[in-house]
Amino acid sequence: MHSAVETKSVSIEFDNKKILEDVSFKLAESQIASILGPSGCGKTTLLRCVAGFEHPQSGDIWVNGIRATNPQYILAVEKRDVGMMFQDYALFPHLSVAENIVFGLRDRRSLDAKSRLDELLSLFELETQAHKHPHQLSGGQQQRVAIARALAPRPRVLLLDEPFASLDVELREQLAIELRQILKKDSISTIMVSHNQLEAFAMADVIGVMDEGKLLQWDSAFNLYHKPENEKVADLIGEGVFIPGKVISETNVNTEIGVIESHIPHHFKINDEVDILIRPDDILHDDDSPMKAYVIDKAFRGANFLYTLRSAGGAKLLSLVPSHHDHEYNEAIGIRLEIDHLVVFPRRSNR
Amino acid sequence: MFYLISQHDRAFSDQTRIEYGKLFRRFVLTLITLLFCVPLLFVFGSLFFSAGDIWVHLFDTVLKDYVANSIILTLGVGLCSLFLGVVPAWLVTMYRFPFSRLLEWALLLPMAMPAYIIAYSYTGFLDVAGPMQTTLRELTGLNYREYWFPEVRSLGGAIMMLSLVLYPYVYLLSRAAFIEQSVCVLEVSRTLGCNSREAFLRVALPLARPAIVVGLSLVMMETLADYGTVQYFSVSVFTTGIFRIWFGMGESVAAAQLSAVLLLFVAVLLYLERRSRRMARYHHTSSRYSQLLQKPLHGMPAFVSLLICGLPVLLGFILPFILLVNWALSTYSKVIDSEFYKLLMHSFLLALVTSMIAIFIALMMAYSNRMKATRLNKFIVSTVSMGYAIPGTVIGVGALIPFAWFDNTLDKFLYDNFGISSGLLVSGTLFTLVFAYLVRFLAISINTTEAALGKIKLVMDEVAKTAGLSVFNMIKSIHIPMMKGSLLTAILLVFVDVMKELPATLILRPFNFNTLAVKAHELANEELLAEAAVPALAIVLTGIIPVILISRSISQSRAGNA
Repeated sequence: MHSAVETKSVSIEFDNKKILEDVSFKLAESQIASILGPSGCGKTTLLRCVAGFEHPQSGDIWVNGIRATNPQYILAVEKRDVGMMFQDYALFPHLSVAENIVFGLRDRRSLDAKSRLDELLSLFELETQAHKHPHQLSGGQQQRVAIARALAPRPRVLLLDEPFASLDVELREQLAIELRQILKKDSISTIMVSHNQLEAFAMADVIGVMDEGKLLQWDSAFNLYHKPENEKVADLIGEGVFIPGKVISETNVNTEIGVIESHIPHHFKINDEVDILIRPDDILHDDDSPMKAYVIDKAFRGANFLYTLRSAGGAKLLSLVPSHHDHEYNEAIGIRLEIDHLVVFPRRSNR
Repeated sequence: MFYLISQHDRAFSDQTRIEYGKLFRRFVLTLITLLFCVPLLFVFGSLFFSAGDIWVHLFDTVLKDYVANSIILTLGVGLCSLFLGVVPAWLVTMYRFPFSRLLEWALLLPMAMPAYIIAYSYTGFLDVAGPMQTTLRELTGLNYREYWFPEVRSLGGAIMMLSLVLYPYVYLLSRAAFIEQSVCVLEVSRTLGCNSREAFLRVALPLARPAIVVGLSLVMMETLADYGTVQYFSVSVFTTGIFRIWFGMGESVAAAQLSAVLLLFVAVLLYLERRSRRMARYHHTSSRYSQLLQKPLHGMPAFVSLLICGLPVLLGFILPFILLVNWALSTYSKVIDSEFYKLLMHSFLLALVTSMIAIFIALMMAYSNRMKATRLNKFIVSTVSMGYAIPGTVIGVGALIPFAWFDNTLDKFLYDNFGISSGLLVSGTLFTLVFAYLVRFLAISINTTEAALGKIKLVMDEVAKTAGLSVFNMIKSIHIPMMKGSLLTAILLVFVDVMKELPATLILRPFNFNTLAVKAHELANEELLAEAAVPALAIVLTGIIPVILISRSISQSRAGNA
């Protein structure tokens, strides 16, 4: 079985600025991938390369097992069998909802087209909107029309560019879950570009983290969070702080908040200077703990407080604490370390 | 205008005063609007009077020609401008080929060329004694009448002349529509299986259709309004008919009635235009644009594109311009004398006075509407901005009757009661002329001013107020700097249109008062084409200035270059 989409060392530059640098990944069929990264990191360009709107200066792209970047013949967008949904939906303002959805079907008046339309209208709960024009719809409805239109010709690969960006926060996660079910049911291989981690976590089987044109890691959400391959990924995914330490054994690192023990060997040599990633959920609040830290900031998050703490040794820490533990600024509270995955990086000089 | 606004500002301290200010402003604006409607009222009012037997005669003889020729002319010009406008607009927007950047704005140049002037140049060029046929005879050895050559002074010739100078309306509006379309819409159609030709036919063209129809209706309105070209080519249409019935037969009521019939045709076009403008609003794609990537063309496609885009510029501007320059060089020493400077002065003064009054009224109306968009204010603006649809001939006829009546009545009243004669106070004076220009061209300054003022968000006014600026300072330091360019454009557009205007000037000008346009018309009708070239060239050269301004502002408005 070939992969749905594969890129090999794709690079592209505009005006001497590297937009994509040596990007390689494989998306297995019927999997959902999300490309995550800050704005301007090249994720939309990567998506447009897969769609065929941009052409890499070097490297190769296969879509549905066909080489799309043959130097003699670049496969045209309309021949790649990919559906794409744009961030602003790009609905056709002169066509009704129904006409928008069937736009990509070969014979738009056939019975097949009619039944496909009905199927999509009911799937996206748009039956009553079929004759309206885009400007008469709400944002959520427009988004659903855009996805329905992209899905109508049954593309084998679906590309989504920030599909939830223009929606209210409350709608986003719900729609992400609904969309995931639809895509999974029809086994549509999907690449979604996003800058929102929660959306990506809710939708994707696999996530690619990008920064400054480079694909840093292509992995599951769990691994990105708990086993980041480099410091940038650790920085970009989730919250956390780095604290300096010194390796004292194959599994243990000495830091100013005590010796931290790992279940798995970390491959550093004894006496190496390292940085250790501490996530907010690694630090538990325990009133009885002898180890104390001072509250220097706190942010209410509903069920939890995110406390920013300073340890006795001066290290900054983050801790997620159930919100009934409401402590004052500068109060010393008890903390306990509970680290399952020790994430160790070589010491960065400027830290 | 400023004092009206400062009165508004003092509302908190002086309630009564603002009431008076408001009332005064309302009164002035309503008065202007009513005055504005006078020509229309008289033209339509004439329908209630009997013109006698003349209509029987007209029915039997020329009326059929007027209607048929007007319809053929209008549809012909519409069709030609559609092709000359839309196709180049698409090509220069989406592709890159030799000179495409230059052509993008050069395609507007024919706008500077009034239709009657291009008609003079082509007549001189293609006539029996013109360079074209002379060369032909020399090459073939044939004599005059031994070969067939198309007659430019014909209905077909008029269609060609008018299309060559009017297509830029279609070009301008369809190009703007193509540029405004979010590229995403075209891209999404590609992912749905369209190739680039299908993307144009199924998405880009339908999306631009309302804008194209707006341009087309403007072209057809201008065609119906044309007098200079059809008169010179002896084509019998409404405008030439009105002139003939009034000044040839002396039947003023019948002329006004024929004007009313012409206005019915105009009304259809006006309705078409307004409806399409409304539709165009819903055909807006999202506000998020990505940079438009122009596809480079090579070989045959590049050559054909260059030909399609270059030909309208060549035939609509470059060739007639060269002909004019050529003639002007041979005659300028004869034509340019103190008389010519007087003509120049007349044209410039009329244009300057009209454009200044127009911008003043436009600002007053636009600010009125901004402060409070009452139904009255909106009605006033929409009424006044319909003026461009009324042909100059109709305004001339509609203004001459009431103003002459007013003068005669006043004169008679004064003479009967006081034994003094007032003579002609308004009719036959520059006042009537400026009034007629305003009726026709106020729309241009209103539209431009409203658009410019609309771009200044009301939030900015609020920011200025919270920053403690007085209304005067707000206008001085925020509004004027932001609107400067548009106001200048508005003034220039009216200026140039007044310079070009022919039929209303012919009807309403004071005795022995000439403008450049009238002089060119008179010389051309005396078969002195080479002599007509000097005043014609002066008009064309002035006309180029706003074309350059417009082309600059549209190239800056390109989406994605924001």
